Amino acid sequence: MIIAKAKPMEEIIDYVKDMKRILVAGCDGCVTVCEAGGMKEAQVLASALRMYFRGQGKDTVVDDTSLTRQCDRPYIEQLQDKINNYDAVLSLACGAGVQFLAEMYRGKRILPAVNTCFIGVTEEKGEWTERCQACGECLLATTGGICPIARCSKRMSNGPCGGSAGGKCEISKDTACGWHLIYERLKELDELERFEQPNEPKNWAASRDGGPRKVIKEVSHA
Amino acid sequence: MSKTTPSKLQKIMAAGHFGVTSECGPPRGTDGHVVEEKARLIGDYVDAINVTDNQTAVVRMCSLASCIRIKQMGLEPVLQMVTRDRNRIGLQSDILGAASFGIHNLLCLTGDHQSFGDHPNAANVFDLDSTQLVRTATMMRDEGKLLSGFEMKTRPEMFIGAAENPFADPFEIRVMRLAKKVAAGAQFIQTQCIYNMPKFKLWMQGVVDKGLHEKVFIMAGITPMKGLGMAKYMKNKVPGMDVPDDLIARLAGTPKEKQAEEGIKIAIEQIQELKEVQGVRGFHIMAIEWEEKVPEIVKATGLYPRPKVD
Repeated sequence: MIIAKAKPMEEIIDYVKDMKRILVAGCDGCVTVCEAGGMKEAQVLASALRMYFRGQGKDTVVDDTSLTRQCDRPYIEQLQDKINNYDAVLSLACGAGVQFLAEMYRGKRILPAVNTCFIGVTEEKGEWTERCQACGECLLATTGGICPIARCSKRMSNGPCGGSAGGKCEISKDTACGWHLIYERLKELDELERFEQPNEPKNWAASRDGGPRKVIKEVSHA
Repeated sequence: MSKTTPSKLQKIMAAGHFGVTSECGPPRGTDGHVVEEKARLIGDYVDAINVTDNQTAVVRMCSLASCIRIKQMGLEPVLQMVTRDRNRIGLQSDILGAASFGIHNLLCLTGDHQSFGDHPNAANVFDLDSTQLVRTATMMRDEGKLLSGFEMKTRPEMFIGAAENPFADPFEIRVMRLAKKVAAGAQFIQTQCIYNMPKFKLWMQGVVDKGLHEKVFIMAGITPMKGLGMAKYMKNKVPGMDVPDDLIARLAGTPKEKQAEEGIKIAIEQIQELKEVQGVRGFHIMAIEWEEKVPEIVKATGLYPRPKVD
C-alpha cells in the first residue's frame, strides 16, 4: 500500500489560518491502513484545528468527512453537493488523491495534510517499511523476491557494495543491506549462480525517469 | 588482463614489476595548483596517480580537470569515476573527454552514499553501478560502441580498474563479486585499505583458487595511520573498514609524538609482507592528506626507483 505520514501541525495551520470554512477529507484506502489519513485521523485533525481556531478567538468552521477512495472519480464526486460550503479542503489522501480532488474542483484550494512516503508494508503495529519504488519493470524473479532498487541505498544491480557490514547498510546501522538479504535468500533457494554474471544496466525508462506514466489495459472485444 | 593499452601502469605490471599508485584528493576550491603540488611530491615514486571523484560525497574540484592537470605535467593519472553523481550519458561523455586528453587509466566506483557528504539532501543518480561502468568502458574500448550501440570512429584506450573491499560482508561472496567485476572487464583492482592481514590473505587465497589472479592485477591498498585517533576513526566511522584491535593497541602503546612514525613503520611492514602474497601485483598507497610520506614508504620498501617502460 501507499504509506503516508501526517504533516506537522504547524505546517497545516500555516496553510489554513486565514480560512473561514474548512473541510478535512480523509480517504478510506491505503492511508487508513497506515493510520495517517482515514476517518479517524480526519476527525482528530478537524478537532485539533477547531481547538486552535477557538484559541485564536476565531469562529472558523471545520468539518470532517472521509471518502471511500480519493483516487477514483465516482467517490470524489460525492463532495459535489457540499464543497461550495468551504474555502478549502484539507485532504488526508496520498498525493494522487490530493491532485485528483484539485483537478475536479478547480476553483477550490485543495491542501495536503499528509506527506506521501512510499509503497510499503505493515512491519508491526505502528511501523511501516518500504518495499517497492514502482520502477515499472519488476526484477524480483531474479533476486530471490527482494528488491535491490527499493532496498539498496544505491539501487545497485550488482551489489552489495564495499560498505556492507554485518548485514547492515553503510548509511545506517538501522538499515538492512538489501544485497545481503538477497544473498542469504538466494543461498536458501540454491540459486547462488545468479551472483556469477554481471547484471546489465536497467531500463529506467519504465520508471519515473521516462516521464509521467500511464497504464492502459487492453480490452478484449471478442 | 586481455587488452593492451598505452597505460604505463599496465605495462609495468604486465612486465612483472610491482605497480605503485597513490592518490591525490582535489581541493574544495578552484586552485588547481594544489593538485599539481601533490602530484609533484609523489610523481617520481609512483607509476600513476589516482584522482578521487568527490570522495565521501564532498564537493571538490572535478576529477577529470585535475587529471588533465596531472597529465599536462607529464605524469600519469588514474581517473576515478563514481556512478553516484552522473548517469550513463555523463559517464560516457567524461570517458570520451578523458581519452581526448590521453588519459589511459580509469577506476570505476559506485561511490559513497551522499548522506556522508556535505550535501546530504542531494538526489543521487546510481543509473549504473561500478560493475556496469566497468562493462560500459570495456565495451567502448573493445567494441568501439556506446551503451546505446552507437559505433564511434575512435575508441577510448583505457586500462580499466575497479575497487574491491575484501573486508565487507558477507565475506564469502567477496571473491565471487570480484569474479563478476573481472567478467565485466576489470583489468586491475585497487583494494580497500588493508589492516586485517589474515583476512586479506584468506581473500587472496580465494582469488588464487579461482584463478582470478591470472586475469586481473590486484593492487593492495595501503593507508598509513597518522596516529591513534585516525585508527579509531577508521575502525568506528568509515564504512567497510576492518582495523584489528592489535593494531589499535600497538599505536596506543606508542607515545603520541611517535605515533605518526609508527604508522609509517606499520605501512612499510605491511607492504613487505604483502609482497610475498601470491597474486598481489602492486600497491595502492593512499596517504590521506599526507602525500609527502609516499616517497619515504616507496623507498623503504625497495620499490624505488620505478621501472621504466616504453
